Amino acid sequence: MVERRPWLDVFAHAVLLAGVALVAFPLYVTFVASTQTAQEVAAAPMSLLPGEHFVDNYVHALVSGSGAGSSGAPVGRMMWVSLVMALAIALGKIAISLLSAFAVVYFRFPGRMFFFWMIFVTLMLPVEVRIAPTYKVVADLGLLDSYAGLTLPLIASATATFLFRQFFLTVPDELVEAARMDGAGPLRFLRDVLLPLARTSIAALFVIQFIYGWNQYLWPLLITTREDMYPVVIGIKRMISGGDSVTEWNIVMATAMLAMIPPVLVVVLMQKWFVKGLVDSEK
Amino acid sequence: MEKRVIFSHKTLPYLLLAPQLAVTAVFFFLPAGQAMWQSFQREDIFGLSTEFVGLANFADLFGQGGYLESFRTTALFSVLVAGTGLAVSLLLAVMADRVVRGASLYKTLLIWPYAVAPAVVGVLWLFLFSPAVGILAVALNRAGLPWNPRLDGDQALALVIVAATWKQISYNFLFFLAGLQAIPRSLVEAAAIDGAGPARRFWTIVFPLLSPTTFFLLVVNIIYAFFDTFAVIDTTTQGGPGTATSILVYKVYRDGFVGLDLGSSAAQSVILMAIVIVLTVAQFRYIDRKVQY
Repeated sequence: MVERRPWLDVFAHAVLLAGVALVAFPLYVTFVASTQTAQEVAAAPMSLLPGEHFVDNYVHALVSGSGAGSSGAPVGRMMWVSLVMALAIALGKIAISLLSAFAVVYFRFPGRMFFFWMIFVTLMLPVEVRIAPTYKVVADLGLLDSYAGLTLPLIASATATFLFRQFFLTVPDELVEAARMDGAGPLRFLRDVLLPLARTSIAALFVIQFIYGWNQYLWPLLITTREDMYPVVIGIKRMISGGDSVTEWNIVMATAMLAMIPPVLVVVLMQKWFVKGLVDSEK
Repeated sequence: MEKRVIFSHKTLPYLLLAPQLAVTAVFFFLPAGQAMWQSFQREDIFGLSTEFVGLANFADLFGQGGYLESFRTTALFSVLVAGTGLAVSLLLAVMADRVVRGASLYKTLLIWPYAVAPAVVGVLWLFLFSPAVGILAVALNRAGLPWNPRLDGDQALALVIVAATWKQISYNFLFFLAGLQAIPRSLVEAAAIDGAGPARRFWTIVFPLLSPTTFFLLVVNIIYAFFDTFAVIDTTTQGGPGTATSILVYKVYRDGFVGLDLGSSAAQSVILMAIVIVLTVAQFRYIDRKVQY
């Protein structure tokens, strides 16, 4: 604080409160809609006070989904698919990136820089620009509608590899010397020295990659055709039919709340790791 | 930077790299190569034979008004998403940097939208602006503005811009706040002693010193608007009405998976790849040579 300007403080709080309101408003309306009956939501304008059907709507969504057309898959199942997908992507990315960063930093071998650049270039090939041919590869491998098909194509990670590489470069050489003196091989060194040191980086990456995995949309949209393999993010889209009249907005909104809860909880509860992960992975 | 002390082993490093390289080869390089190959090919209408057509697919693309229009839509969309998002979050970050009491609470309350899936963001705003039931749509109608994004292309574009910007505010806010907190207090204090007021201090000291962050965020936001907003568009407008919100990524998807014109879709993929490469290089140059005054 450079100087006292009370009116400016008041203004700052006012702007921030407006910002918080802007950010929270859609969430509030979603919550309210998820506690009302379909008729109450459809009464334009709907009431902005929570209704009495909180439990009914959420149980209905979790157990039997929304019955618009044939897409009546239960949201409970979708949440499970999303969870498996997000965990597999996050842990898979961390595992393979940790190993490849270890290889690139702690060994000298022919082709080292070539492989490093090969991983780097994947940054420039997001799913969005190679959807049709990637789909064909996955279809040829018979991986449509499977967890492997959902996760494997998204598991390579240039950013995670960079992050671990940066981190390994800051680990003092004396630790390697000490480990070698004590007769530890490379894998032992990785497990007993590097992994414990990398705990914070791993936690930070986990938060970012879990959210990334949970929120994937385009890829699951392409390769899942069976209802029981829909992640919740896809399921919610399938619940919205063409016209307003047949969309059960209260159930859709309950599903939206359910789809938001896990990643938002991860961000809010692990805020420290989240901020670190976000800032580090962009360096 | 290189390690002085290393391990020596003939095969182990290759084994360690194998999983990552296998995934990149099968799911990245093979498809990208195929996209490039297909972009020079054309399939007959029955999908029985393909012939090499050189650059004809590209020529067709730029010959059609549709593709150039999609470029224009994408440009307008990304400029508005990046511009609005940066302006709003800079304002919030400057205010959050100023307040002492409640700063961390504001931060928590402002960053959670980062975690919300773009598809869910699309659904939330679709509901708020849905002509028949949406609370904001009803308000607009009552205010004398007939609102129907299913019929009016400009309104559809406004809807996806609002949704896409809303999601990105938290990300920009975090980086701006970090950038602001890295500015040495002594500079601002010196200016205050010389008699510069808050507005003057912001424009002559804080804003120029923040330019590396701003430039970085500008590139990130453009990449976001180009590629990560697919889900927002697919859940709200599906590129419509007509092609009013059909940005480049959406058009690739539509032509390839709905229209089944693989040659054209592949040619569009190749153009998108070129755009990503340019943007990524811009982003990395920023790291080497910061934009500084």
